[in-house]
Amino acid sequence: MNILELHSLKKYFSDQKAVDDVSFNIEKGSIFGLLGPNGAGKTTLIRMITGIFYPDSGEILFNGKKFHPMNDIIKIGYMPEERGLYKKMKIGEHAIYLARLKGMSRTDAMTSIKKWFIKLEMESWWNKKVEDLSKGMSQKLQFVTTVLHNPQLIILDEPFSGLDPVNANLIKEEIYTLAKNGATIIFSTHRMEQVEEICDQIVLINQGQKILDGTVREIKQNFKENIFSIEGNIIPENLMTHIFEVVSFDKGKLLVKLSKDTNNNELLNFFINQNVSIQSFNEVLPSLNEIFIRLVGETTPTRKFEMIN
Amino acid sequence: MNKIGIILSREYFTRVKKKSFLLTTIGVPLVIMVFYAIIIYITVSGNNEKQKIAVLDEANIFNGKIDNKEQELEFSFLKNETEQSFISKYKQEGFQSFLYISSDSSASKKYRLHSPSSTSLPTIANIESIINDAIRVKQLRANGIDPEAFERLTKDVSLENTIDTEKGSKKSFAGIAYAVSFGCGFLIYMMMVIYGTQVMRSVSEEKTNRIAEVIVSSVKPFQLMMGKILGIGAVGLTQFIIWIILLVVMQSAIPIFFPDLIHQINNVPQANAENISLLTNTVQGIASLPLLKILLSFLFYFIGGYLTYASIFAAVGSVVSEDQQEAQQLVFPVLMPIILGFVIMTKAVNDPNSDLAVFGSIFPLTSPIVMMGRITYEIPLWQMALSILLLIGSFLFFTWITGKIYRTGILMYGKKASWKEMFRWAFTKG
Repeated sequence: MNILELHSLKKYFSDQKAVDDVSFNIEKGSIFGLLGPNGAGKTTLIRMITGIFYPDSGEILFNGKKFHPMNDIIKIGYMPEERGLYKKMKIGEHAIYLARLKGMSRTDAMTSIKKWFIKLEMESWWNKKVEDLSKGMSQKLQFVTTVLHNPQLIILDEPFSGLDPVNANLIKEEIYTLAKNGATIIFSTHRMEQVEEICDQIVLINQGQKILDGTVREIKQNFKENIFSIEGNIIPENLMTHIFEVVSFDKGKLLVKLSKDTNNNELLNFFINQNVSIQSFNEVLPSLNEIFIRLVGETTPTRKFEMIN
Repeated sequence: MNKIGIILSREYFTRVKKKSFLLTTIGVPLVIMVFYAIIIYITVSGNNEKQKIAVLDEANIFNGKIDNKEQELEFSFLKNETEQSFISKYKQEGFQSFLYISSDSSASKKYRLHSPSSTSLPTIANIESIINDAIRVKQLRANGIDPEAFERLTKDVSLENTIDTEKGSKKSFAGIAYAVSFGCGFLIYMMMVIYGTQVMRSVSEEKTNRIAEVIVSSVKPFQLMMGKILGIGAVGLTQFIIWIILLVVMQSAIPIFFPDLIHQINNVPQANAENISLLTNTVQGIASLPLLKILLSFLFYFIGGYLTYASIFAAVGSVVSEDQQEAQQLVFPVLMPIILGFVIMTKAVNDPNSDLAVFGSIFPLTSPIVMMGRITYEIPLWQMALSILLLIGSFLFFTWITGKIYRTGILMYGKKASWKEMFRWAFTKG
């Protein structure tokens, strides 16, 4: 069951095709990574999903039905990358205010906030003012206000920026828990190592278009370059063969690129025949970061403005 | 609707709970009253000290006797002195000043008042009028006219203006009508400028703070804009109501705080008479005005004018970025019609049926202020109806287009929008 389906969404601004014919589905309960370089159109896409912008054309299905911002908006929690809070407000009041705008009653909001504040060790903050918080603290508050109305779909734009490792881990655990309890999480970022760790499925968009879609495993398999790493008492002089090319050799660790029409058993046999005692042998898959750079780096790094009529 | 209410109450209570709100709301009338009290005190206490003036009347204008109506001046005539001989002496002999009237009729400086420091303007004016009176009496006598008869014959008339309506005639009090008109117009002008710019500042703050994006993921931008405008409007209304109540209370409390003062005023017969006539005039004057009509139209134009301009200010706030100078540039064209309205209003209180006043009171961008200038006079029904309809229409029109500008502007970071772009946001669908 897909919680969200996007069908050929388009949003053109006067001088830019911000989102140009993007389609993908997000499965209920999954953690979904929306990736792309700066200015790729991620924020515009998210703003359409959250009902802030209307698409020029295309369709959004929410829980299988046409997305209706007025009704569905309360089932969505959105933490924008550009975050802000009212500086002069007290933290407790601020959280209640945002919860009430999501349609919660004051008492429900209170219970939910208390629960979250205890969970994230923020109980003592209630009467502090927002301006007294550090960047990381207000980040935590922002996270709480995003999830406290139990949304089905949670959209987090760069949720870890500005958080120290301890708090980042705390939030990460909460994200896992939320997903386990049935919420779907869209995670927008350009920090690939976090995506690799957290996300089930990713979509990469660049210049307004989708250029990659799949699970992290699938994508890595698709982009692998048959590179293997072997460790053992290898003698460099004996490496002349047509089976592979040497990529690098450093401190007994050898990286090789397998030639076409050979498989890894032939590679292993080659070393076994040379009486090399192999300590480790494994395939090196490209990191998402490398795939990202390979795909995006081919295009111009920043978007150009163009005239669209 | 409910969400507008939540936003409205946050906007309202965060402002009302601020110390600065309390300070200005209580402080402003307090300062006004303190000034008022000081002025009363100075005026009254001025009567206590008599000024002694020595007079050397060489031209014999006064015939040795001054018909003195001014309580605070005391004149004494000098004999056997000259101007030169007495200049050095008048201070020692306890005079504040020394009036010298030369007998030489051809001298250009016939009248001279010597004093150790410059004499106050009212005192000089008093002395001048005393001299003028004396000369006139002397001239009349010289021409064989009895001054008292002359006084009777040339008495000033006082014209009483009676307004005739279907409900009967009543006395008109131009001064009171003028003051009420001007006061109402000024209040609306203040409301527009002070609270309109506050809406603008608050919107641009929300934009630069990036809170706007969080909020509009929960509510429609239009709801956020309306909630803010209504909330700040309610703050303004609260403040004005508190001011009016405080001023009325303090005005009636003055005798309690300053019993001596009132006593002193009452001891001065002239001031007393003037006070009484002023008071009765004010009471009668206010009663002569169409109070219900004024109150209802004041409320209507107050709210209508504020709402129209607040939505424009909100749109301006949504397109500017951190740069305050940008805001200044964009605000200027918005302030222009408000200031224009104020200028036309000052003309309209004097000439309520001039073309300019009629136009200004119908044109919706100036009508809230200008109509107040005409409100104490009879206004043709069609003009009133047209003005009201246009104001409602322009409020709807402006909130509609500014809502669209606001929606786009509030999420645009970095660059400043041009007028052309704003126009496109306002009139294209999306």
